[in-house]
Amino acid sequence: MATETTGETAGTCVGVDGSAIGMPQLCFDWWPNQIFWLLLTLVVIYFVLSRIALPRISAVLAERAGTITNDIAAAEELKQKAKEAEAAYEKALADARAEAQRIAGETKAEIQTELDAEMAKADAEIAARTAESEKAIAEIQANAMDSVKDVAKDVAKDVVAAMGGKADARTVTAAVNARMKG
Amino acid sequence: MATETNGGESSLVFHPMDQFIVEPLFGNGPIHWYTPTNVTLWMALAVIGVVLLLVVGTRRRAIVPSRTQSVAELAYGFIYKMVEDVAGKDAVGFFPYIMTLFMFIVFANFLGLVPTAFTTTSHFAVTVVLALAVFLTVTIVGFVKNGSKFLGLFWVSSAPLALRPILAVIELISYFVRPVSHSIRLAGNLMAGHAVIKVFAGFAAIALVSPLSVLAITAMYGLEVLVSFIQAYVFTILTCVYLKDALHPSH
Repeated sequence: MATETTGETAGTCVGVDGSAIGMPQLCFDWWPNQIFWLLLTLVVIYFVLSRIALPRISAVLAERAGTITNDIAAAEELKQKAKEAEAAYEKALADARAEAQRIAGETKAEIQTELDAEMAKADAEIAARTAESEKAIAEIQANAMDSVKDVAKDVAKDVVAAMGGKADARTVTAAVNARMKG
Repeated sequence: MATETNGGESSLVFHPMDQFIVEPLFGNGPIHWYTPTNVTLWMALAVIGVVLLLVVGTRRRAIVPSRTQSVAELAYGFIYKMVEDVAGKDAVGFFPYIMTLFMFIVFANFLGLVPTAFTTTSHFAVTVVLALAVFLTVTIVGFVKNGSKFLGLFWVSSAPLALRPILAVIELISYFVRPVSHSIRLAGNLMAGHAVIKVFAGFAAIALVSPLSVLAITAMYGLEVLVSFIQAYVFTILTCVYLKDALHPSH
């Protein structure tokens, strides 16, 4: 079919100057050539795609989808675990708080009893000291009274003597005692 | 392939279609069906591109993908989802076939955007074969899977009885026009874009217009990048739609 095309510059489709006559698309001399190479190209591409490329890409896509599904499942699991861990942590924290409160209460009570005991002891000591002091004061008072009595007797004797009388010791004492009572 | 200007401004010569000429890679001999031509070269480059992206790019089979592997996986997911959503779950058996079409078209389109490249998908020979392959596949699958029920595709049971024969004729015509529109849409878009870029490039020979020309080429190039992907996408999604008709012919 293409035999009449004898060269580049002569033929039904290409002019003598090397440019196209009309539309090269409609030059049917070239159709067998184009169709042959097109069919060959399509067959080659079809085999490359259906034998190598497409199964490979589809396998990669399936694998990726599988990996993503697995990863999402794993993430879900880890999330669940994290939740559980958080709950456990919360529980431990609450327990620890309760324990701390209990220990604090106990310590407080202990300190209170100790304090009460010390207070009682201190109170008793204070009472004892007070009593002792009071006893000493009473003693001092009694001593003072006796001294007053003695001085009064002596003074009375001396006064009587100075008045020229003779004082009977017993009488003076009685008089002084009577005075002091009055 | 480049647009030639012979001397002055007055002799501007545009050869926007020269970029589509099929040439032998070696020598100037005649082009037989087996002759290695620039078609061969650019189709081979498309194959190499597909292999680099989908085979070499995924060679590590990494769970956490590299950039190339990401792109390969994106392309896979994009087409797989398209087949599943548009054509239905029972069409995933056709996924390698549809993926082949998409990867070839997208790589051929983008390779065609390389300056001085030959755009294989801008040729009707290529797109007609692609579209006819889809048409034949869909028709054969439709009859094999559904038997005569496949003809229900043309018999719109939801329409009034009187209208049905007319609709059947319209449906039948539209069914057979499918491969034509399917192929011309892809080749036409690419051919037009590339030809327009060449025409703009021709104007760059005039010093006064050349800045505007360069700007226009840049804009067209950006548009062509979009067109390259969109046309590959459209071709693929239409294949899925036709396949859906074959698998579930009831309206």
